[in-house]
Amino acid sequence: MTIINLDHISSNPLLPEVKTAMIEAIQMDYANPSSQHKKGEQAADVLESARESVAKLINCAVAKEVVFTSGGTESVNHAIKGVAMANAEKGKHIVTSNIEHSAVIRSIRRLKSLGYKVTSVSVDEYGQVNPQDVADAITDDTILVSIMHSNNVTGTIQPIEEIGKITTEKKTILHVDAVDSVGVVPIDVQALGVNLLSFAANPFYGPTGVGGLYIRRGTRIFPLLDGGVQENNKRGGTENLIGIIGMGVAAELARRNMDSRLLHTFKLKEKLLEELPNYIDEYIVNTHPEFSLPNLLSISIKYIEGESVMLMLDDDNIAVSTRSACATGSLRASHVLLSIGLSHADAQGTLVISLGIDNRQEDIMAFLKSLKKVVTTLRDISPLYKKTSRV
Amino acid sequence: MYNKTVMDHFRNPRNVGVIEDPDGIGEVGNPLCGDMMTIYLKVENECIEDIKFQTFGCGSAIAVSSMLTEIAKGKTIEAAKRITNKDVAKALEGLPKNKLHCSNLGADALQMAIKDYEDRKIGKTRPAPKRVDKHEHSHGDKCYCPYCDIEIQEGATFCDACQSSLEEEH
Repeated sequence: MTIINLDHISSNPLLPEVKTAMIEAIQMDYANPSSQHKKGEQAADVLESARESVAKLINCAVAKEVVFTSGGTESVNHAIKGVAMANAEKGKHIVTSNIEHSAVIRSIRRLKSLGYKVTSVSVDEYGQVNPQDVADAITDDTILVSIMHSNNVTGTIQPIEEIGKITTEKKTILHVDAVDSVGVVPIDVQALGVNLLSFAANPFYGPTGVGGLYIRRGTRIFPLLDGGVQENNKRGGTENLIGIIGMGVAAELARRNMDSRLLHTFKLKEKLLEELPNYIDEYIVNTHPEFSLPNLLSISIKYIEGESVMLMLDDDNIAVSTRSACATGSLRASHVLLSIGLSHADAQGTLVISLGIDNRQEDIMAFLKSLKKVVTTLRDISPLYKKTSRV
Repeated sequence: MYNKTVMDHFRNPRNVGVIEDPDGIGEVGNPLCGDMMTIYLKVENECIEDIKFQTFGCGSAIAVSSMLTEIAKGKTIEAAKRITNKDVAKALEGLPKNKLHCSNLGADALQMAIKDYEDRKIGKTRPAPKRVDKHEHSHGDKCYCPYCDIEIQEGATFCDACQSSLEEEH
């Protein structure tokens, strides 16, 4: 059974080169990179070589600015809580946006319960933050600004460079959650002017359970995990060397193949956007027409509910993601979709289609064909569709 | 996520559609979670001769509607009045805990359609559709955290199990 994977935002397959490198790593029985004997030094060399590859991918000034973590969630928790703890005497105000990932929202919510104050800026209809709003929100008490690079629901990319200029000028620490961007679109931490940047290996076809936090030299931050002196004293615990080796190989390939991957997925996305009106009507495009991930399209199909669409597409062996309230554990509409101004009913019909290097044009056509059938079936059942067409 | 019976009713929903000139209509909706359901009744000699539904909602909402109409079809009005959410959920051989509220929607829509039928009989006009705007108990007497499904105290503003704020829920 072949499954057409249009849900790369949820998980990506490992590249063959990554698999090979990880299998070899397992067979090598590497020692602890912190050990001073030969086997330890051999492990440390491999670790540092992976760090170099990852650092190059995001253009760090020095490789040591990369701290390996267990993934995007840890990186985000480290950045936000680590800055808050280390700078509590300077101030207790944090600026963020209304459309952040739950890792950011919940980290900040935790700090709120500990007495930190938070200002959350709103976004436009595509989910873009206005940098001026960020500037206006920063006070003398602000110790951290945390804005995501690209959004996992809409695919919209934020004007981070402009925000970076503001935070640099105001001497505020800027953390960027770039989990869905690093390895997918070019990221240059120096050009962006960020102090901290969270990322993970899986979005660029590396293993899950491994990620990184870019910490610019001189940034005042405490470790999240206190322990040994690993990771330049920034993250205790013996490194996940097998995962990190996989991440290093994936980073190297992502950097080398960035342009061709970008073009490949972007062409498919263009095709999808172009053909969509030939297959379904009455839908809203949530993705920014210009500033968005090349591999993600978010649409809200009116009068039907996303989980039903997802399940029916799954019957046709097509995997997509939905952001309907019914499909979330909380049974609440996605805060991102409500923030861009969708009604609860429209938010219900949201599909996130995310493309990868394994997708072909035939996949797009198969999806559209299946989608047309599913939308017709579900609209026939829907009381909302009939009501609107009766008016 | 869903069992075979639920998936069968979702994939092949029974009694979908509209009855022209129905004897009773029941409309319920929950804008918070987004499901909406309409039930149409055709009644002959105090017996549900035909029943159809339209649903905007997830897999379980559609399966619940379908199963509900199957249970109600052919029943007398008096017998149909006794159909509960539990009956529907049981006939579907269970629903995920956080989807149980969908079965409420089904039974509510049916009871509303029956009420509408009885009102019409005595010449009353149709009541306005019920809209549920606030948190409502959907699992019987107990209250569960919407994030982790652990039983919580009525009125709790914080879930001790998953540390979620529940202020918006209550």
